[in-house]
Amino acid sequence: MTRLSLLFLSFCTFAAAQPVADLDKRLADLEKAAKSAQSAGDNAWMLTSAALVLMMTGPGLALFYGGLVRRKNILSTMMHSFVLMALVSVLWAVVGYSIAFGEGNSFFGGLQYVFLHGVGADPNGDYAATIPQGTFMVYQLMFAIITPALISGAFAERMKFSGMLLFMTLWVLIVYLPMAHMVWGKNGFLGATWGRVSTFDFAGGTVVHITSGVSALVCALYLGKRKGYGTDPMRPHSLVLSTVGACLLWVGWFGFNAGSALAANALATSAFVATHFATAAAALGWMIVEWVRTGKPSILGAISGAVAGLVAITPASGFVKPMPAMLIGLTAGVVCYLMVSVVKSKFGYDDALDAFGVHGIGGTVGAILTGVFATKEINDLRMGKPMGLVDGNPGQVVNNLIGVAIAWGLAIVGTWIILKVCDAVTGLRANQQDEIEGLDLSMHGEEGYNFEA
Amino acid sequence: MKKIEAIIQPHKIEDVKEALKQIGIDGMTITEVRGHGRQKGHKEVYRGMEYQVDLLPKVKLELVVPSSRLDEVTKTLADAARTGKIGDGKIFVFDVAEAIRIRNDDRGDTAL
Repeated sequence: MTRLSLLFLSFCTFAAAQPVADLDKRLADLEKAAKSAQSAGDNAWMLTSAALVLMMTGPGLALFYGGLVRRKNILSTMMHSFVLMALVSVLWAVVGYSIAFGEGNSFFGGLQYVFLHGVGADPNGDYAATIPQGTFMVYQLMFAIITPALISGAFAERMKFSGMLLFMTLWVLIVYLPMAHMVWGKNGFLGATWGRVSTFDFAGGTVVHITSGVSALVCALYLGKRKGYGTDPMRPHSLVLSTVGACLLWVGWFGFNAGSALAANALATSAFVATHFATAAAALGWMIVEWVRTGKPSILGAISGAVAGLVAITPASGFVKPMPAMLIGLTAGVVCYLMVSVVKSKFGYDDALDAFGVHGIGGTVGAILTGVFATKEINDLRMGKPMGLVDGNPGQVVNNLIGVAIAWGLAIVGTWIILKVCDAVTGLRANQQDEIEGLDLSMHGEEGYNFEA
Repeated sequence: MKKIEAIIQPHKIEDVKEALKQIGIDGMTITEVRGHGRQKGHKEVYRGMEYQVDLLPKVKLELVVPSSRLDEVTKTLADAARTGKIGDGKIFVFDVAEAIRIRNDDRGDTAL
């Protein structure tokens, strides 16, 4: 006891002897150390997430789509995804990032970041205060890569390569970047915090899935059916590849959704959990409806359901609790199944790999249900005020519907005009002989499977 | 000498090979083929789209035997390949004019 009080006494004397300024400095140092530790953690997760999202396109989507086409078109289909990893990256560095995330006005980000001017180690407090802007920039790039790659499912097996490159370049510039700016960019028209119409789209239900899915439908209608559609067998040539691809998509999607928290925080965990359970429910939903309707549960059904669930939970992932997430997934699994197996055959359009049925419809279902199930218990974006319908704010459903309508409108009009332009400049559709031979040989001079080699 | 050409179910090939080995038939040539007889294929469903697949995978087995062993071999082969269901396949028998062993120019039954 005596020894303890002695120790205390000597400590007090020692502390009093230190100048106050020194204490302030130590406090400041401590603050700096804490900040740098948080920044290190956040940056580690965001760089990992960026890599995960790139993995969704290649090999994830490339395998998923590649397995669904006929053997003679696997390389051209995988090339659609792969070449976008290169093409969109270059566009992004030159002007893309600036158009999407510059301050600009409500619809267009402006040119302040062209050639990545000023995008480096310093954080951009408008988006993510704890990570270098370079990390945020490269993370967002991965979204801009996968979005146009999703469209390629609609025109698989019949698009001319040069036409595809021109189409994708214009599509990213005219449809994707303005939409991304409207929803996520500073001063964006549909931004959750600063938008004139505040919509909730956590990881890209409108920006990524509605724009790509609806544009896919426009492409399918404009290009027309594949030769022999409805008469020749067009079975997937390898559901093994598709299943591997779908699994990579599921894993990569954690970077997509949980990464959209832009920090390694509790919100990222919540989005991760919501994403996982929604996907599981969607896979079962699709599989069971198919089992009941056709008598057999197919693995193509199960993996398609999983992708539909991933799509639908994307806008909601950072706003909803796990049980509503499962409900969103289940709904998407069932609705998307009916869309691709009943509605598509009724209308007879050839959306070859169901980019519209899964991404357009799944994205729309998810965006609307986000307005329903968003809650301040998960994301208190409005500082205590109610978020979605379940919080007592039915207006959010209307706001999200406006976001959905704008995404549909921009996708339809933008894509139609771009297709017209490309058709005139390079042509869009492979000629009949090339299509029959298969695009791998006719466009790329290669074959996917050379068993005799 | 007779040539036996049998089209059988792919999953029966191991049974057939084993049964023929038991009666001392060592040589045969096997090809993976596709075709249909009365079975007329089956239906596959991908995302609600139905496809009628009428050419099914089969295995074609070719072997040449001395005429004296023809009945024994065809019976063994048929017994081993039979499941009793439609799609079990068929056996065709041809006359063979000559057999030549490339290595040492053996002729006739000794070349088999």
